[in-house]
Amino acid sequence: MRIVFAVICLMWLPILALTQAQAEVLRLEIDKGVVEPLPFAAPVFQAETPGANQLAQQITDLVIQDLQGTGLFRGINRAAFLSTVDNFNAPISFPDWRTINAQALITGAVATGQGGRVTVKFRLYDVFAGTELGDGLQLAGTKEGWRRIAHKVADTVYERITGETGYFDSRVVFVAESGPKDNRSKRLAIMDYDGAGVQFLTSANDLVLAPRFSPQGDQVLYTSYASGFPRIHVLRIADASQRALEVTEGTMSFSPRFSPDGRTVVFSLERSGNSDLYALDVASGARQRLTATPAIETAPSYNPDGSRIVFESDRSGSQQLYIMPSAGGAAERISFGKGRYGTPVWSPRGDYIAFTKQAGGRFHIGVMRPDGTGERLLTASFLDESPTWSPNGRVIMFTRETQGPNGAPALYTVDLSGRNLRKLRISTPGSDPSWSPLQR
Amino acid sequence: MTTSKVLMALVAGLALSACSSPDRFDNPSTGAGTGAAGGINGTGGVTASALDPTSQAYFQQTVGDTVTFAVDQSTLSADARAVLDGQANWLIDNPGFVAVIEGHADEQGTREYNLALGARRSNAVRDYLVSRGVDGDRMKTLTFGKERPLQVCSSEACYAANRRAMTALNAAGL
Repeated sequence: MRIVFAVICLMWLPILALTQAQAEVLRLEIDKGVVEPLPFAAPVFQAETPGANQLAQQITDLVIQDLQGTGLFRGINRAAFLSTVDNFNAPISFPDWRTINAQALITGAVATGQGGRVTVKFRLYDVFAGTELGDGLQLAGTKEGWRRIAHKVADTVYERITGETGYFDSRVVFVAESGPKDNRSKRLAIMDYDGAGVQFLTSANDLVLAPRFSPQGDQVLYTSYASGFPRIHVLRIADASQRALEVTEGTMSFSPRFSPDGRTVVFSLERSGNSDLYALDVASGARQRLTATPAIETAPSYNPDGSRIVFESDRSGSQQLYIMPSAGGAAERISFGKGRYGTPVWSPRGDYIAFTKQAGGRFHIGVMRPDGTGERLLTASFLDESPTWSPNGRVIMFTRETQGPNGAPALYTVDLSGRNLRKLRISTPGSDPSWSPLQR
Repeated sequence: MTTSKVLMALVAGLALSACSSPDRFDNPSTGAGTGAAGGINGTGGVTASALDPTSQAYFQQTVGDTVTFAVDQSTLSADARAVLDGQANWLIDNPGFVAVIEGHADEQGTREYNLALGARRSNAVRDYLVSRGVDGDRMKTLTFGKERPLQVCSSEACYAANRRAMTALNAAGL
């Protein structure tokens, strides 16, 4: 199968600031629990070349959509604007923007050139301080890559206002599902973080489960029934080439995940009905056993420095979360609430572990600190599972499946705070998302 | 194998089928008719080929190819063991067949855990059949976790039928 991705080459060029940037006063503190979204204005970016009008409109709209989608920002309706921005380099009439209570102002310009080349310039203003927030920037790419350019602009705005890295220029691999509930067809697919541009990575011939991105975002681990039995596989995104990583006769393997350096794959290997965790050195193929109990050990996930692994085990009698050194050894239980805990995933920031919890007949996505304290349930439904973190550790994407004979899965996101629950708009039912690192 | 043994296994299979799938006919929304698996009431009647005791249809419909489990469990109930006694006898009498035992779970669980649970169930069946004299080299185990439910409703009636291990025969070898 041939996968064609829009080629995009992004180039960053600082633009000389119009006014000397002062101490940054506009700052949204996400940690303090933002309830009221920050109002901003984004006039349609100027079209600097003939024919760039539609692209300028699309890019501006997507920047606004990205920012509003976080629940942290609110775009002010253009009908309320008192001023227009007709020239990217003209001085800003700050009082007009203060009057409509725009805290931030984003201006931009779009030019198209030979061979589908697109150049986008933008500036971010702190309206009440009357200054630019950081330098203006110029991005160059291709027309097919316009969405990535818009996501980069939005990431920059997000980063300058919140002080944290953005997550808009990122992708998600997931399982696209079709067909009846008792005979589902499942294919690996990849899309932008917002559900745009779905492309299939595998055919519908073989059942596939739970893809996981490599730390570089260039490969995907997953479980495939291509051999008739579940086995862990790796797929290279550039050409969709696939190979089995574990082919030991008489065993099954599943639930693989890369170490942060990409050199090791930790996974569950089943033998004679017992599932234990193993670490596979990708280069040599050498395999090391990490757990040796008669219990079910699965769903392993490394901490950001790769020194520890969180996983689930029913060694206590029910599914609970444990942490052990990444070379194996004594495991410490960290979940003690009422109910069962599974699918732990360590945040890329290291501060939280997301999990699926079953309690009282409901499923929840929740988070707790690695020492087991601070447990917080973020969602509740008939069936929520398989959390994955945004690259900045602020948002969790997960699967929500509806009940009954016509039940179907869909992907949702929720903020770490538990606010801003959203269903992704995607062209296909999907499950088991894995969020990529931020693209470069 | 004696005739009385076959009859005993048959009766046991009937009893299990009757208690493990209460809604198969009463509730049209539960996906009745999705397959022959599950005992003699799966297809609404014994087909002509199933009259031949050496046929796969006979194994599916009369011996019973499926046993069910309690929530989160992989231990075999007395009913399940009775069905498996019949499977063991049939496999011993019909050495031309090999079997893949599929373990399944209901949807009330996370995907990875259910894969592991399905593997426990298929291995519990395999181990029992080996203990009853079936050559272990004739059997392989497989798990589908919650990926292939037999019945599609989201209530205990369907869940009980979906927590199962199904012995799939193959005359062509493993």
